[in-house]
Amino acid sequence: MVMTREEKLARINAHQERVNLIFEKIDTQGLMEKVMKLENNKILEYIKESGLKGRGGAGFPTYLKWKLAADQKSDMKYVICNADEGEPGTFKDRKILEEQADKVFTGMAICAKVIGASEGYVYLRGEYNYLVPLLTTRMNAFNEEMNQLGLNFTLKLRSGSGAYICGEETALIESMEGYRGEARNKPPFPVEKGYLGKPTVINNVETLVYCTMIVMNEGGKFKTFGTEISTGSKVFSVSGDADVEGIYELELGMTIQEFVDLFGDGDTKAVQVGGASGFCVPRKKFKETIIGFEGVPTGGSMMLFNSTRSMYHILMNYMEFMQEESCGQCTPCRVGCQQLVKGIQAIKHKKRPATYLDDLVKLAKTMRVASKCGLGQSVANPFISIVENFREEIIY
Amino acid sequence: MQGSENIVRKAVREYGKGRENLLPILQMVRKEHNYLSEDQLREIATEMDLSSADVFGVATFYSFMDMQPKGKNIIRVCKTITCFMKGKDSIISALEDALGIKMGETTPDRKFSLLEANCIGWCHKGPAMLINDKVYTELTPEKAIQALDEYM
Repeated sequence: MVMTREEKLARINAHQERVNLIFEKIDTQGLMEKVMKLENNKILEYIKESGLKGRGGAGFPTYLKWKLAADQKSDMKYVICNADEGEPGTFKDRKILEEQADKVFTGMAICAKVIGASEGYVYLRGEYNYLVPLLTTRMNAFNEEMNQLGLNFTLKLRSGSGAYICGEETALIESMEGYRGEARNKPPFPVEKGYLGKPTVINNVETLVYCTMIVMNEGGKFKTFGTEISTGSKVFSVSGDADVEGIYELELGMTIQEFVDLFGDGDTKAVQVGGASGFCVPRKKFKETIIGFEGVPTGGSMMLFNSTRSMYHILMNYMEFMQEESCGQCTPCRVGCQQLVKGIQAIKHKKRPATYLDDLVKLAKTMRVASKCGLGQSVANPFISIVENFREEIIY
Repeated sequence: MQGSENIVRKAVREYGKGRENLLPILQMVRKEHNYLSEDQLREIATEMDLSSADVFGVATFYSFMDMQPKGKNIIRVCKTITCFMKGKDSIISALEDALGIKMGETTPDRKFSLLEANCIGWCHKGPAMLINDKVYTELTPEKAIQALDEYM
């Protein structure tokens, strides 16, 4: 289906207006007054019925996370907003924080009420430090509002310092506790032993806003979107060789083909879904691949590549990224990333035979099972999906 | 170094001696001095009652905790895929020519350091760069050089 850019924009805008949950302006103070009168079980029920899964990429059911933390007995609990948005190709949390900070904070306050937390932190990546003055102002006003409502909950802001790995929740906790951002072994999970050893809920920026909207709509609207497995909508960050780039809230469950028809430049040969740790979908699989937990799960990063692009350069860029951002504590990831970079260079420069690529795929598979955290485990996603679909481009 | 002593003590006083305050303290000291010297790291360790190896280990982990003397203004050009596709190399060449330094270097007057960064979250408006905390997007070589004027 060929559309002009104007036709594409019109369709995208119509879709967005229909969904419109994340960027809708609401009275957060009025909502919090209502929330204070709600039973915690009722709130949990709304979240459960919505089927909301974490929007950071991992897709853990939000209801379950809150419930597990609520069930913990502890004198101190924490809510952390993961705003360490570092995945290449994703930038939606930045816009959400810039335009809808109050809705993010409200989601945190609702969570705090449900689990019984008295402190909350927003962990903002250092690259977004320009947002610090705005967020500090909004946060101070919000803390005052919570005080007046009689909710014992105070928000604080923490900045990162340029480490992608700190988006991994246990690495984020290590960083907040003043250590190197090295992921922990799980279990125990943060809901049991999180920040300073206390039960902690860590949710992505977008997840928290959806919680706010789900509670506001008393469980409605959100669950009318999406599919059975991937309910609701999602904010996508669209970039690359696209006619339409930017940040868009869309229903889950579209096929890549539908997505490419709306956003692509007419010559899309591959879409990288989920950034440098995500999957590459080649043109021949556009029609059968669903954007959602039943197909390609995503934190929202959608990078489009047309036929002028070398998949070798794209793969190299991702692998160099992973090599630099690997925290280095576990051998499969530290050495594996280095060897994948060296290996594809060696094949390209004819220092290794083409069959060496199969050894590298085995190495990537080993990293998937042997790495300690999500970073090392997910390196295989881009590596294998690009190598298998674009083998010739990598070798020649 | 009287000045550095003051900033370390000030930071520790402001945030507290608890280990969980180490990152904000390092960030504050780095911001004041544009890098973290070994002397400062030792001082922080003493003030917070931590081993200097611990403090050194944390500081060297984070890419924004510069461990070498840097310029007053730090330019970080995004090198991740979409900025690469949209021509970050030409932005870097233009900046190198304008500043008379190579990637990774600092100008002799210590006004600018030129660095690369991994994805800074402006892929739809690449090529992009940060100068300190400020973001510059949809760069052309001319726009990149113009941006420097604000810091001259």
